Amino acid sequence: MSKWLEEHLPKVVLAPSFIAVLVFVYGFIIWTAWVSLTRSRLLPKYEIEGFIQYERLFAAPRWDVAMNNLFIFGTLFIVISMVLGLMLAILLDQNIRTEGAIRTIYLYPMALSMIVTGTAWKWILNPGLGLEATVQGWGLENFTFNWLVDPDKAIYTVVLAAIWQSSGFVMALFLAGLRSVDTEIIRAAQVDGIPTWRVYSAIIIPSMAPIFLSAFIVLAHLAIKSFDLVIALTGGGPGFATDLPATYMYAMAFSRGDIGQAASSAMVMMGVVFTIVVPYLYSELRAKND
Amino acid sequence: MTDFAIAPPRSQSRAVRIGLRWLLYVILGLFALYYLLPLFVMITTSLKSLEEIRTGDLMALPREVTFDAWKTAWSGACTGIQCDGVKPYFWNSVLIAVPAVLISTLIGAMNGYVVAHWHFRGANIFFALMLFGCFIPFQVVLLPMARVLGLMGIAGTIPGLIFVHVIYGIGFTTLFFRNYYVTIPSELSKAAKVDGAGFLRIFWSIFLPLSLPIIVVSIIWQFTQIWNDFLFGVSFSQAGTQPITVALNNIVNSTTGVKEYNVDMAAAIIAALPTLLVYIVAGKYFIRGLTAGSVKG
Amino acid sequence: MAPILDIKNLYKNYGAVEILKDINVSIEQGEFLVLVGPSGCGKSTLLNCIAGLEPITRGELHIGGRNMTDVSPKNRDIAMVFQSYALYPTMTVAKNITFGMKVRGVDQATQQEKLQQVARQLQIEQLLNRRPGQLSGGQRQRVAMGRALVRDPKLFLFDEPLSNLDAKLRVEMRTEIKELHQRLGASMVYVTHDQIEAMTLATKIVVMKGGVIQQIGSPAEIYNRPANLFVADFMGNPAMNLIPAKTRANGVGTKIEIARKDGAPIVLTDTQNRNLPEDVILGVRPEDIGEPDHRASQTAQAAECMVDIVEPAGADTFVVMQLGGKHVTARLHSETSAQPGKRQQLAFDLGKVSYFAPDTGQRLN
Repeated sequence: MSKWLEEHLPKVVLAPSFIAVLVFVYGFIIWTAWVSLTRSRLLPKYEIEGFIQYERLFAAPRWDVAMNNLFIFGTLFIVISMVLGLMLAILLDQNIRTEGAIRTIYLYPMALSMIVTGTAWKWILNPGLGLEATVQGWGLENFTFNWLVDPDKAIYTVVLAAIWQSSGFVMALFLAGLRSVDTEIIRAAQVDGIPTWRVYSAIIIPSMAPIFLSAFIVLAHLAIKSFDLVIALTGGGPGFATDLPATYMYAMAFSRGDIGQAASSAMVMMGVVFTIVVPYLYSELRAKND
Repeated sequence: MTDFAIAPPRSQSRAVRIGLRWLLYVILGLFALYYLLPLFVMITTSLKSLEEIRTGDLMALPREVTFDAWKTAWSGACTGIQCDGVKPYFWNSVLIAVPAVLISTLIGAMNGYVVAHWHFRGANIFFALMLFGCFIPFQVVLLPMARVLGLMGIAGTIPGLIFVHVIYGIGFTTLFFRNYYVTIPSELSKAAKVDGAGFLRIFWSIFLPLSLPIIVVSIIWQFTQIWNDFLFGVSFSQAGTQPITVALNNIVNSTTGVKEYNVDMAAAIIAALPTLLVYIVAGKYFIRGLTAGSVKG
Repeated sequence: MAPILDIKNLYKNYGAVEILKDINVSIEQGEFLVLVGPSGCGKSTLLNCIAGLEPITRGELHIGGRNMTDVSPKNRDIAMVFQSYALYPTMTVAKNITFGMKVRGVDQATQQEKLQQVARQLQIEQLLNRRPGQLSGGQRQRVAMGRALVRDPKLFLFDEPLSNLDAKLRVEMRTEIKELHQRLGASMVYVTHDQIEAMTLATKIVVMKGGVIQQIGSPAEIYNRPANLFVADFMGNPAMNLIPAKTRANGVGTKIEIARKDGAPIVLTDTQNRNLPEDVILGVRPEDIGEPDHRASQTAQAAECMVDIVEPAGADTFVVMQLGGKHVTARLHSETSAQPGKRQQLAFDLGKVSYFAPDTGQRLN
């Protein structure tokens, strides 16, 4: 008995987590996938009916808006965060005396809940009393900044707040990348008389390709999961103008009582994450095992 | 530090160099202002009276500092029909976060130890499955989890939320500890085995005493995640068990009564304080968790 | 008496890959066995199998007459010193040394007594309250030894214990390990990739390559009569000269013909070895090629060679020349008159040469 235990204790320790992952991740994914193929409404049904939920989903204008928004939001959020993050990282890499303090300031939004971020920006962007009023107070009487309540512009306020929250983190990633470049290569380039900007563009930045990939994965993942920020900042409004797949799914699941739609939209989100994350994880794990 | 930045290109004159240096600091300063602006606005707004907010400037310092909004936010603001402020929800969040953080960290430590140092067939597959679990959009588990919590009789309760956070937290904590423990040479556990120590003894006497940095990372990461969580909180709680993020959202978006922006801001700061404090006190570990958790596979 | 360590037909696979193939070794009480070979030859895996840290795929393993094939490391009555020393970083030196006893429930008084005894023996008494991070490489090495000594095991296992030390310290510690072995009369198994360590320490050497034992023997046997080309090349520094040659039997013995790029081949006559195939690889140690007056051996035969390079190395001077299409090194006295680009009379001691088959690489004589 004790010998058996001694040999199998590692597996015994891992077993509960293993079962939990199987049931609560993979089992649940299967459950959701299954339900997405049924006519479930308020209560789940288990007779498979094919892809009707997906047909309904892709026919729904609100879902269309959500996917469009995800595309706009995702692209802008990822691109701007990366550009801004890289720029700030390079600027901070120039022997800045107060680097520690500046880094702390750039990064603190990452510690906040998206709900807090949303609340703060909602107030700043408040058309009547926020930034608009301030700028008008400076003498620009005709200044208007009412994106928050403009259905065509509201999604950009989400982008703005999301960038505010995450770009410092991207900066930290890139800064770590810049610092990990082999200093001997940089010295060699200096000895060759290569100017600083060329050292960055030709040597350092190309060598950070893996960090670009990581940053992209993290940001894409954040974008797809974005839920709290929209809820707090715009509530998905005006109307459904700032709906994202995540808010659509939530609305279907908990306020509309349409489990079939909730399940199928969740599966589509899952699919998007899959296509981005799986190749990445696969290559990471392979690199580890080599 | 990429130290070549100090070496000035020969062609530039001293004046140009100093000018560029100034420009650099100005740009960095402007961005610092951008990042600090919302915090500044939140704090100043929370210290103003509603009257001053309506008539004054968003950017202006309060003419008259008042803590009334803070008092209301803490114990009087309305979340829907109840008007107890965020206080009960703050404690809900504490009651959810503390056990969930400790349990998930402990499980993650054991898992990471097994995966990194007790190789057996399937351990890597387990790790890959677990790693992928970190990346799923949680929307995909919301519906079945709601039913399972109901079946377990803990739907809408604080233990229910602890359970959910532990389940979906162990992926990350396992990842942290696994990546930390693989850097510990296997000879160490071999030596301990020859010395006669078994599985638990080696963990307890050799690995755990070495783990302080990663325990801190794991605790901070988990705490930030769980404290800031909204999706699980709003999906699996009911009146009375909601965490503070949900309560804050309810206060801000409650449609009844006069909009009290100062109270909203005070409530938001209260909701942000614990994680902000953690960040300020242990920022180094916070960043390490962010980079390790979201980058390393 | 039963051998202290007896390995019979041991196989070790990782999945489909055979790491160790049909290993058979045994040593008697008090022997010092060295497993030597290039990295990846399986020597460390074999040591881990002996320790019980890696399960054996097939075969049997006995320690002190007991079948230990499936016994866990802690019950094998062994102690092990690791390459990285594997000192527990959070424990003091004293705790490191007593940890094993503590785990086995030895009482405090005995623990302290043994600790003091070992500390005195290794002269680490003043280090007992330090942590491994505060020790130098040599000190860590001593502590690792102390941790092994305190167990007083049937069998000591060493996994490249000196390879993390600088050259000077390595030589010192090598001497100390040898001294320790002689004083304790303990049985030891020692893994190294350094053939000099193997030669100096061992009473018995196992040369391995690709998971297969190439030769087992005393250091002298391994050095003087290598079983194949691999062992010949691996053991000894500078390596044994391995020169392709043609043989022809005649009345006196065997004529050995070695081609030269300039001029006629060298012809030597071996009076002891007969029945050699036509093509052989002639193995000559550098010290078996010398100036005729210094090597007045009966079996030595002189020939004139063109010296390409002269490398003075203090006590000896090495000269390199081209024979049979190979660089051939001779170890001469430091006061030699050999000059690069000049001809030099050199004597080959045919009484000490080895012959190998070019196709199989196996020893012929």
